[in-house]
Amino acid sequence: MKRELPLSSTLQTPVVPPTALTFQDLLFRLQGFWAERGCVLQQPFDVEVGAGTMAPETFLRVLGPKPYKVGYAQPSRRPADGRYGENPNRLFKHTQFQLILKPPPVNVQELYLQSLEAIGIDLSRHDLKFEEDNWEWPAGGAWGVGWQVMLDGLEITQFTYFQQCGGQDLDPICAELTYGLERIAAFLQDVDSIYDIVWARDPETGAPVTYGEVRLEEELQLSVYNFEVGDIAKLWEHFNLYEAEAKSLLERAHDLLTSEKTTAVEKKRFPLLAAYELALNCSHLFNILDARGAISVTERVGVIGRIRALVVGVAKAYALQQSS
Amino acid sequence: MADFLLEIGLEEVPARMIAGAEAELGRRVKDLLTRERLLVPEAKLTTYSTPRRLAVLAEGVQPSQADTEEQLTGPSWKVAFNDGAPTAAAEAFAKKAGVPVSALQKVANAKGEYVGATVRRAGRAATELLAAELPKEVLGLYWPKNMYWRAGKPERFVRPVRWVVAMLDAAVVPLEIAGIVAGNASRGHRVLHGPAPVTLDRAKSYAETMLTARVVVDAAERRHRIRKALDAATRTVPGARWREDALLMETVVHLTEWPTVILGSFEREYLALPEEVLVTVMRDHQKYFAVEDTEGKLVPHFLAVLNTEVDEEGCGIVRHGNERVLRARFKDAQFFWDFDQKTPLTERVESLKQVTFQKDLGSYHWKTQENLRVARELAAATKPACTTLDESALLKAVELAKTDLTTELVKEFTELQGVIGGLYARAQGLGERVAVAIYDQYTPASMEDNSPVSVEGQLLGIADRIQTIAAMFAIGNAPTGSKDPFALRRAANGIVKILAESELPLTLVEVVEASGAEGANREQVLAFLRERLHFYLKEVRCFGYDVVNAVLAAGADDVRDVIARAEALCKARESADFEAISAAFKRMKNILRQAEEKGFALGSPKSVKLAAEAQQLADAAGLLAEEVTLLRQARAYPRALEVIATLRPAVDAFFDKVMVLDPDETVRGAHLGLIDEVLRGFSGIADFSEIVTG
Repeated sequence: MKRELPLSSTLQTPVVPPTALTFQDLLFRLQGFWAERGCVLQQPFDVEVGAGTMAPETFLRVLGPKPYKVGYAQPSRRPADGRYGENPNRLFKHTQFQLILKPPPVNVQELYLQSLEAIGIDLSRHDLKFEEDNWEWPAGGAWGVGWQVMLDGLEITQFTYFQQCGGQDLDPICAELTYGLERIAAFLQDVDSIYDIVWARDPETGAPVTYGEVRLEEELQLSVYNFEVGDIAKLWEHFNLYEAEAKSLLERAHDLLTSEKTTAVEKKRFPLLAAYELALNCSHLFNILDARGAISVTERVGVIGRIRALVVGVAKAYALQQSS
Repeated sequence: MADFLLEIGLEEVPARMIAGAEAELGRRVKDLLTRERLLVPEAKLTTYSTPRRLAVLAEGVQPSQADTEEQLTGPSWKVAFNDGAPTAAAEAFAKKAGVPVSALQKVANAKGEYVGATVRRAGRAATELLAAELPKEVLGLYWPKNMYWRAGKPERFVRPVRWVVAMLDAAVVPLEIAGIVAGNASRGHRVLHGPAPVTLDRAKSYAETMLTARVVVDAAERRHRIRKALDAATRTVPGARWREDALLMETVVHLTEWPTVILGSFEREYLALPEEVLVTVMRDHQKYFAVEDTEGKLVPHFLAVLNTEVDEEGCGIVRHGNERVLRARFKDAQFFWDFDQKTPLTERVESLKQVTFQKDLGSYHWKTQENLRVARELAAATKPACTTLDESALLKAVELAKTDLTTELVKEFTELQGVIGGLYARAQGLGERVAVAIYDQYTPASMEDNSPVSVEGQLLGIADRIQTIAAMFAIGNAPTGSKDPFALRRAANGIVKILAESELPLTLVEVVEASGAEGANREQVLAFLRERLHFYLKEVRCFGYDVVNAVLAAGADDVRDVIARAEALCKARESADFEAISAAFKRMKNILRQAEEKGFALGSPKSVKLAAEAQQLADAAGLLAEEVTLLRQARAYPRALEVIATLRPAVDAFFDKVMVLDPDETVRGAHLGLIDEVLRGFSGIADFSEIVTG
């Protein structure tokens, strides 16, 4: 999707009222709201992922019986969605606020509505609908049912009751709330371009720092890399190296976790989390290769299968490790 | 007489599933009450639904079952009483019947004297029965997609059950569903009423009470309100009307508890985008109704159905929000449209190698080459009888048909594939015939949909579908039972419908042969198409199953010919003469079958001197056969069937007077030969013996 047009989005910045929640205030409010309701606040996961779901705080924590409540912002990379910073509604890397409630409280929907009030949305003056939208990540053997939450016709949140993860039935299940922060911020600030969102405001002068100032360069350069420059042969090489390492860990994990001779300490020490990070690297490299147009039709299904084998393999071994 | 109310409170149920579930719940409650003898004959059942609830109100429920009395008959009196003293047999019987021995009576019937007992059973209370039986019915509801939510996974349902109301008049029926004990407290609209419970006084006042909590529980009432609100909002735009859309209407009815409508606008410049794109964005993505002028052309407005009621300021906010989203979507579509134009369809053929058609078969580039091969064959079979076919336009359309899969607009609006390709072909000056054929390639999408308008579109549609079917069958992906993951039945239905509704001179055999299917694959594909033809005649054209079997037995290859024969047969069967002929043909067929089983040989009717009635039948049949053959060749089926019906007196006389299975072998053979000739001579339009006669 290469296009030769000037970067126009920041030429004329619309005036955002100083009272409107900034991008970072929005995150603070959501974090504060959920922290007050007993959630652990985590930091964004530092390996590239396509969605907050793929971070271990979700993908691995939802396995097994242990209750957990966690929230974190997750920058989510989707190389093929990059638009060189030229499309006002699309990003290579967007920010999700991801929340896992395991098990879901009975009033989870009411809590969610309260969180909207907490970010300044007066529901009596808006139209809110829960519309069916089921979620699936085939490479992770994960799916759930739920809704897209529509506010005045805008999808602001993905609400999912996880049913399966890593090919395993979940018990208890969990609720996953994924807030699309850029969309919500653009809505609250009433701007038509993501790049015009006020990210922060100087408390002394009120001078705004926009989303474009913070992130536009990254959108442009990473689009160039993902679509034009990334070295296909080297990307494949990386993919194969990460895969080989993850595979060898998984093979050892299998022997170790199923052997009667292994001590509890040995099982606990085994670095499955490292294997998971390696698998995520493969997934991200696949996405770049895909954006580069380097995955042929015949290869595609096979490569997704290889990633799935790693991800699902980790999930299975992790469940085994937790239960031992 | 009491009224029973059941309300199941849920988290938002998918709109597409609500109407079916509401009806099923009503059926299940009714069946249960009937089975348990709790429903009075004049009882009235009303069902309700919103995204957050399914409810049933049964007016006319007995507070408890009527008591019953049953007469049991036991052993013979003599065995049971020995000189008036009860034996072990009497005691065993009394125990089984649950009555004291002293209550046993003597009953006499035709066989003698026996011991009898009158067993009275008190009816069970409705409350007790409902509490025991209703939860199973509720949890047995069918949902296309279910979920678990409670730890230990005790039950699956569409979404978590959050409250249950079950009341017999004013009293709570203490049943339990998915861990929730029923009460008399419902919930109102999430925002307009808030989380406070809504206490119901009596079952009967349910709908009324819910209105005060800002929930319209009756879906029909919501539909009515939405229509009125759409009308009112549209009136503010002079000369405009909202565009009817039955599916969209059902969706918004089931997305709302308290519907209202706002009118929004968009910039006039977006009207330059194709209407198909605008409508898809509004309807499929945003669930808005489109607004049009008196000529049916779009005007720059839309109607959004809200699930709330807002004050004037709120109205402005909600309108602004919806307009903002729509503008962004239109802007995207505009961007994609402009962007896609930079690479014309003709330059996209090569990039189809990157788009998978099916992983075991190949890419859409491969698919296109295959489609071209099939289309050439079909064109060759069509050309002699069809002067309007522009073969080069057809082949161009086939070559470019799938290229829109590589466009950004189709990636964004997948439901518009084909349509977008057609619009691009037109915009890129590839010729109207090419554009129209590409545009129509996926029609008919259903049995209600129209067929492609042009010959090229029809042939492209058939080529694409038969290629898919034959290739999928060849790698073992034929549909089985309810499983049809590649929608091959729909593809075959499309072929049949196109053949039925077009002027194409193609038979099913020619279509299958064009696909290149060979051997067992060819037979399978042909049988599959014939099965779909059977389905089409029965389910879409609504011909009786006997008519369908009768005409298909006489040829199942030329779709329009089959339909013409079926129509003629439907009309003809109303006459008494024809019905008699059908009965007689069935008799002839049976006789021939018996003869074959017994090893009787057929002879020539000319080999002996026939009885007068047999000779008359032979003469009449010989005379008529020629006329019928001519009429059949001219496809004058109604007339041909009338002529066949005139055979009746001769047939009747034959069966009246002639013993077909004559003891004399030669005579018998001649008779058998005669009826065989009659059957053969007149079964070219339909096998009348299949017709069910009164």
